[in-house]
Parts: sequence; C-alpha cells; structure tokens
Amino acid sequence: MKTLIKNGTIIDPASRIDSLGSILIENDSISGVYLGEAPPEADRVIDATGMLVCPGFIDPHVAVREPGFEEDETIASATAAALAGGFTGIAALPDTNPVVDNRGSAEFVKRQAERAANCRVFPLGAVTKGHQGEELAEIGLLVESEAVAFTDAKNPIANAEVMRRALEYTGMFDRPVLHHSIVPELSETGVMHEGFESTRLGLVGIPAAASDIMTGRDIALAELTGGRVHIMCISTREAVERVRLAQARGVSVSADVTPHHLLFTHEVMQSFDTLFKCNPPLRSQEHVDALIGGLRDGTISVISADHQPLAIEKKDVELDVAPFGLCGLETLLAICVETLITPGHLTWSQLISCLTIGPAKLLKLPHGTLGGNAPADVTFIDPTEQWTVDATSFRSLSRNTPFDGRSVTGRVVATMVAGDIRFSTREL
Amino acid sequence: MTETLQQPEFTAPWDERHLLGLENLSADQITRILDLADSFQSLSKGASQKLSILNGTVVANLFFENSTRTKTSFNIAARRLGADTVDFSASGSSLSKGETFVDTALTIEAMGVDLVVCRHRTPGAPQLLARHLRAGVLNAGDGTHEHPTQALLDMLTIRQRLGRIEGLTVALVGDIRHSRVARSNIHGLTKLGAKVIVCGPATLIPRTISQMGVEIAYSLDEILPRVDCVNLLRVQFERQRGAFFPSIPEYAHLFGMNGDRIRRAKDGLLVLAPGPINRGVELTPEVADGPHSVILNQVSNGLLIRMACLYLLAKKAGKS
Repeated sequence: MKTLIKNGTIIDPASRIDSLGSILIENDSISGVYLGEAPPEADRVIDATGMLVCPGFIDPHVAVREPGFEEDETIASATAAALAGGFTGIAALPDTNPVVDNRGSAEFVKRQAERAANCRVFPLGAVTKGHQGEELAEIGLLVESEAVAFTDAKNPIANAEVMRRALEYTGMFDRPVLHHSIVPELSETGVMHEGFESTRLGLVGIPAAASDIMTGRDIALAELTGGRVHIMCISTREAVERVRLAQARGVSVSADVTPHHLLFTHEVMQSFDTLFKCNPPLRSQEHVDALIGGLRDGTISVISADHQPLAIEKKDVELDVAPFGLCGLETLLAICVETLITPGHLTWSQLISCLTIGPAKLLKLPHGTLGGNAPADVTFIDPTEQWTVDATSFRSLSRNTPFDGRSVTGRVVATMVAGDIRFSTREL
Repeated sequence: MTETLQQPEFTAPWDERHLLGLENLSADQITRILDLADSFQSLSKGASQKLSILNGTVVANLFFENSTRTKTSFNIAARRLGADTVDFSASGSSLSKGETFVDTALTIEAMGVDLVVCRHRTPGAPQLLARHLRAGVLNAGDGTHEHPTQALLDMLTIRQRLGRIEGLTVALVGDIRHSRVARSNIHGLTKLGAKVIVCGPATLIPRTISQMGVEIAYSLDEILPRVDCVNLLRVQFERQRGAFFPSIPEYAHLFGMNGDRIRRAKDGLLVLAPGPINRGVELTPEVADGPHSVILNQVSNGLLIRMACLYLLAKKAGKS
C-alpha cells in the first residue's frame, strides 16, 4: 500500500526542509520526500493544498490520569485529545494511582494505549517509589518496559542527594530525568506568582526564586554526575539564563515551555478564576519575554501542553483548595500561533521543531522527522483557519481550559499515525 | 425621619450590585458611604433606634470562618434597618464538608435571600459567589485580600475625629502581609487623598506593596512624629506559616504602641485597632484605654457603616 501526500508545504526541521513537495508513504513508514521532482505513483493520493505537512507532534509529559483518576481522563480520551491536537505520540506521566514505579504499571499503560489505538503512548517511569522523593524506583526494570524517561511529575525531588543518585542511575541507561524544578519550601502554600498582583490580591505567592534556585541545583547535579536533566515548564527569566549558560559549557540540560506560560501573565489572577491556577504559576511579562527569547535562540527546545485534565467540579471551588493545571492538548497549536507565529517570534519551522524533533531527541525516539524511513506519523495543519475554541467539543474528558470561547487561528486538520489517518476535520 | 430619607445620600442611585472590596470603588462612592453612615447616626440616634426601611429584605450571614464581632455587627445593623437575618456558620473548606461552598450559598439563597454577607478564609471567595448568585454579595473579609467594611469604619472614625481624610498621614502597623484590613485601608485611604505608611517587620511586609502607593517603614519610632493616625493591626497568629518574627516580646518592643511612644508622637494622634486586640502585643493597656484610643468608637461606627452598605445594596437590588 502506497500513499502519496502532495501539494502541501512540507516542514521537517530535522531534515531542514521547508518547501512545497510530496511525501510517499509505504505501509507504516515514510519512503521518500520529493521536492521539485515528480513524485512516483501511489495507490492513494492525499491532496494537501494550502496545508503545512509536518512530522507528528510529540508531547513529553501528558497527565493521562489512568489508572486511579478516570473521572478526569483516561488513556483512551487523552490519546483522542492528543490526535485532535496534532500529536502522534505522548509520554504519559506516572503520577497515577498506583504510581508507575514498577513494570506492571508501565505494561498497563502500554496495554491501554494499544486498546485505544489512537496515538502512540510512551510510558514515563517514576524517579522515586510512590513519588515520595526518598528511594529510587525500579528504573532498570522500567527501562525494560520501555519507559522513555523518568519523572516524579509535579512532585519536586527536594533532596539533592536523591536527585544526584537519580541522575547517576538514569544516566546509566541514557534516559533523562524530567524535573518540576521548584523549591518546595518556597512554593508549598502558593497559588500564584509572587509579585505585585499576589500582594494586592492577598494570595500566597510562589517566587521566581523558587524556580531559579532549583534549576540551578539541577544543573549543578547534572554537571556533577554527567546525567541528563530536563526542566519541565520552565517559567522564569533567570532559569532560562542558567540553562543557556549551562548548555554553552556542555551540560546535558534542556527545557520545555507551555503555551499558557507564553500567553498569560499573573494579572489574569485578578479574576480569581481557578482555570488560571497552574504550577509553575503564570508569571509576569519580563519572564514571558525571557521564555520567548529562550525559544528564539534554541535554549528551550521543546513545547509541551502540560496537559493536566481535571473534572470541573474539582476546579469549581475556592482558589486555595483548587488543584493546579489545565487542559492543553487540543488548543496547543492555536495558542502557539497566537503567541509565537503571529507576532513573528518564531518561524513555522522553529515552532514545528519544538513539537517534533525537539521532544524526539529528548526522549531518544525515532519519530519527530519525515526523513530516513521514519514511522509515517504526519500532522496536517491549516495555518490560516480561524476557529473558536469550544470546550464542550473536546475529546478530553475534562473541560478545564482558560481558552474556552477564544477566537484563534491555525488548526490541525488531520493526524496520521503509522500511515493511518486517525483524526481529521475534513475529507482528505 | 421621612424628611431625612429625602436627602441626596439616601436618594441618589447606587450602581454596585456587590460590595467586594474598596479597590473597585471610586472616591465618590466611598465618600457617599461615609456620608450615609453619618446620616444614619443622627437618624437612629447612634444606631440605637430601630428603623423600618429594609422591612421585607432578608440578609444572610454566611460565615465560613470564625467571627464573633463582625457577624454580630452585621446582624445588628441589618435588624436596625428592619431586615430579617439568617445566620449560617461553617468552618473548614468545602472539600472537608462534602458540599461545595457555592452549593451551600445557592441553597441558602434559594430560601429567598436578597443579600449575602460572606466571610471566608480564601481570597476571591466573594467573587466566586458573585458569579453564581443573583443576590447582592457583601464581603465581610476574604482571607488576606479585602475587608471593605472594616476599612470604611476606620475611615469614618478618622473623619469624625479629625474632620477629614485628605492630607492626613496614616500608619498601618504590624502584619501587613496577612492583613485584609491593611489592603482595604490602603485602597480607601489613598483614594481619599491620605498618605499611607506601612510599618512592621520586613517578613510581614511584601516589598511589592509599595506599588500600591504606600511608603514602607521598618522603624515605628522614626515615623511616629509625622503620623496623624496609627492603625495597629492584630498579629494574625492563625494565618502565619511558620515564624515571621523571633518572639512576642521582640515584636512588642519594636512595633508595640506604649505610653512612651505616645508621648513622642503628635499631640492629637489617633490610635485605631481593628481588634480583637492582643493587649501587651500591639498595644499596652495604657494606650488601649487612654485618650488617644478610638477603638470603641470604631466598633459603634462599624454598625453605621454596615447599615449604610446594606442599605445601598438593598436599594440596588430594588428592596428599598
């Protein structure tokens, strides 16, 4: 079975391609990209006129909430949401109940993903047993169950000795530690960024220093151990600067950022709306500017939705008791267009890089490119389609989005996994 | 009485459905409330005489945090105006109770309530209620955010004693970080043209508070000669996470108001305290019971301010 995608603008940052052309797919992998030359015959032709055609997106940390919190999300619903957002692969956070700190739990994640048959799911293993930050989880056995990286999700690893051992041990398997780099003592009771707004609103703040300090510690430990550390949801100017300087001297440190940290500042908390409550918190404009600077010069190589689905009754409570997080997979592209493409901060190729080869390199996956007989995971984008976010139409089980009703531009029109169109908004 | 009710502070329209804080009120609106409170004083002879202007209005006091003084004050104020009151008290968060905070409020409202007075430990809780309820919402203190009627009664007391607010220098002393009284006072006093100094241990004063247009001071002795009023905020032992200062004696030594400090202040210094006061901590008994103290005036003015606020919100709700 041969499928030809033609007339689209092919963007494959890993192969430095950004031009009109055709892609030939044989069964479940890509057999060739044709630029300027006539493409070969195929059994099926997809006309991608007016579309951007790029490798399928990969999100390195998605809360799938199953097992244990199926009222928020399941692996089936998370992967359906991922497809609608253009993702052909997601790494599933291990902060479920039970925690994915053992082979059985990792195998369950893979089994549920197979049953759902939506996008690819790569298990993430816990760094420490039960995310308690004390004893290392069975990292070697989890690697054998295909855990692509290790993380304690939203639980910072407070003990520097434990983090040191974790980086040494995961380094042995060439797997990174994805860390929520924030000092717990400085952030435990906080609900928003510490600054003028938190003072005025009387809300407990989380200072930027809480992120700066932990990022600095993580870099020092990566340098000490030779391990690989990845800062999830980087949010402060100083943290970006520390990552930039560390990368320049060869430390294995990387970082991702979310669209909501680029779109909003702490001023939105004036509404006391729990939908804006996320961790790390939405910070001030100087930090947003630094995050954009980090994306522009490549210090930040990955964009993640930091998808944290939560049943709405959990969010419709007082601000201090509401849990952190928002639903982001299905709106990621449009918010990236609004914050990065429209203002001219990034080219399409730079943006697609952060959604494809960036996360693929982080997790050492063969995906994220259209070159070299890669798996045929392809995302089709209409870069000019204008639409309105409607939370009620989400594939995610949860609706906790601050983007509901927002008029946006740029939409995923189809998502192909292993040569098979799994999602589309129109006839192809 | 009918004659008094024809005066403009009673008859002019009022545009706010809710009273959530002083931050979103204009200087004119704040002055209107103060004027109305003064009128209620003459009308009800210091609030001792019962009026009938809110007959048929139901006021619910929803207190999700312990309070005796404020709740009693709101209760008496509502009854002085002829309104019916219903009390609901619950402590703890909605999570621990099984029913959410909003559901509780909706249930009470469904019993035919026109105004809801809400005290809650979480900043923004009254805003959450205002989004869900048809009734007018009056914030009686939301965590460390705002406590508008307390600031209004402080301002009324100052205005009665010193004849004005504009041009005065008012020091708020103590735990600024955890004080809703401080935030509401800052909004109200600065809008009416007073200069505000916040003074206390550095651990209890967020540095960014200067952006609210106030001066930050760490020495009470340094600022005392130039202030007209000091408002001694209660040390909020229950809101503090960990130790913000080394000891109570050290706090009292650095920031407590005592006879010695009174003698070094301006002659006509007014000493306010929102209470309940910790005698020997924020102020000594000599000061609390001395001629500079207006603490009990504040309490009676609290009734007048709450009568004024209830009247205006009831008016907006079409009940008077």
